[in-house]
Amino acid sequence: MRVAGRSIRIDTTQVIIGLLLTLLAAFMALPIVFIFMQAFKPLSELFLYPPRFYVMNPTLQNFSRLLTTLDVAVVPAVRYVFNSVIATAAAVTAVLFVSTTVAYALSKHDFPGRKLILDMTIVALMFAPQAVLIPRFLLIQRLHLYNTYFAHVLPFVAAPVSVFLLKQFIDQVPDEMILAARVDGASEWQIIFRVVAPICRPALATVGLLAFQGVWNSMETSTYYIRSEAMKTLPFFLGTLTSAMTNNVAGQGAAAAAGLLMFLPNLLMFLVLQSKVVQTMAHSGLK
Amino acid sequence: MSHLDSLGGTSSQRRHLKAGSAQRIREFAIRVWRCRVSYALVAPFFVCFAVFILVPVIAAIVLSLTFFNTIEPPRFIGLRNYVTLLTEDDVFMTMVLPNTFRFAVVVGPGGYVASFILAWLVAQIKGKFRTLLTLSLYTPSMAAPVAMSAIWLVMFSGDRIGYLNSFLMNIGILNEPINWVHDPAWLMTVMMIVTLWGSMGVGFLAMMAGILNVDPTLYEAGRIDGVRNRLQEIMYITVPAVKPQMLFGAVMSIVGTLQAGSIGVTLSGQNPTPQYAGQLVLNHIDDYAFIRYEMGYAAAVSVVLLVVMYLTNKLAWALFGPRGDD
Repeated sequence: MRVAGRSIRIDTTQVIIGLLLTLLAAFMALPIVFIFMQAFKPLSELFLYPPRFYVMNPTLQNFSRLLTTLDVAVVPAVRYVFNSVIATAAAVTAVLFVSTTVAYALSKHDFPGRKLILDMTIVALMFAPQAVLIPRFLLIQRLHLYNTYFAHVLPFVAAPVSVFLLKQFIDQVPDEMILAARVDGASEWQIIFRVVAPICRPALATVGLLAFQGVWNSMETSTYYIRSEAMKTLPFFLGTLTSAMTNNVAGQGAAAAAGLLMFLPNLLMFLVLQSKVVQTMAHSGLK
Repeated sequence: MSHLDSLGGTSSQRRHLKAGSAQRIREFAIRVWRCRVSYALVAPFFVCFAVFILVPVIAAIVLSLTFFNTIEPPRFIGLRNYVTLLTEDDVFMTMVLPNTFRFAVVVGPGGYVASFILAWLVAQIKGKFRTLLTLSLYTPSMAAPVAMSAIWLVMFSGDRIGYLNSFLMNIGILNEPINWVHDPAWLMTVMMIVTLWGSMGVGFLAMMAGILNVDPTLYEAGRIDGVRNRLQEIMYITVPAVKPQMLFGAVMSIVGTLQAGSIGVTLSGQNPTPQYAGQLVLNHIDDYAFIRYEMGYAAAVSVVLLVVMYLTNKLAWALFGPRGDD
């Protein structure tokens, strides 16, 4: 009797919570739905008064206009997309590689300075790069990284969050396993890529996703570290689009299309990786 | 902790050393040399870390003691930048600081508490539906401010064509359109809403994962020990078990709040924002560094920001960090 009563109580609370959350989630999804609507609206619907939220006759006009001619830009939009893809691919690869090796060393090796580097990484979790924009900018100039593709990539390789998450995950790998591999004659290199990396796939997926979002969404590098228009990335282009569109309705559709192009890869990647991300986040605790 | 690589090189140098510091240095050098593989693994990260985090922080501190306009070399002026900041910078004292405080309190702790509550609520739901809810709550945090600006600008547009104005006038709440992003009275509110909207990020996921991983037997034990309702369950079982993830979430939330600093400029399309209504510390730094080219002064503001950030994090560690008995 008690058991039955309890299970009914749980069901009703679940239903109430479910309803509340659904309402909230729907409300929060509105702007996301809106960007889809806006991106596919033909000019006539962008001009419509009173404005209408949903699109009646979806069209690809905005995308074609974005990719062909737009008078606000000196360089064709495809170029920005290309730069973004190159920078993001390079940065994600570099972050995965560099973070895995350091996280492995911090987790499974003992060497003078290990504690110091670990502590610095944890303090750096609270670091917001924007706060030291100026010295970063000056340093990038001094190191002749200014106006090179490296300026798009290298700042992201210093990724304390990635190192931390990977280290927490590698801590779960039993020492015996690594010892066994070593006895079998595996080099450290092979241990990292044949033993540790396969076990840490969820964490690698998460770190890859976070790195992807960081680089793909970043406007900072293009704004401050790159001079040539032809080397800037999609978010920067989008910024110029939106600042030019305030009194230009045609531009609004194109800006929404560009915004959607920027947002979609994030969404798709998260959809594919979400269970791995949640699995990794369980180990994110700071103790 | 396994110790690696005993192949370590043997130093061929054989000088007569006095026992003592020289000996100790030599032993240390041998230890370091034995660990060379570890250092090789750490090196790429450490170099980037040093160049893009460590050195910039130190450089900011050094620059903050100078007058530097990027044309002439920096000139040492002691603490004058800080004195100016505290005594002469009216915009900083009357607008930037109060704005940042208001923004940070609502978006930081506000967003953080909301993430925890939502994480807990979502964790109560089972199966595929939970995945769907997680996705729709987390999605906004993936949308970069610049990607969404196309949407905010038409949504909050100041004339009656703006979607929000049109909607509110339609249902009779407004008679006159409100200039949401250019009216100093409204800009801050819009900034807060937009930032809160996107604040269910990594911290939210971490706390949700933590709550899902709490050992169910703890709840049973709690029930036997006299925990009567859900609220007590959260207070006495969930929170202590999820504390490490809550700390991670808090750190992420502090960083996230700071990084959201450019939102006012993105929304209103101008730095300074209209009558400084949405001016936050980050915009102030940008203003001095890249518009007025007073790098030394801007660096001083950055240092203040770093210190505040550090202290806030200390507070978070004090609240959620490990205690002696953990």
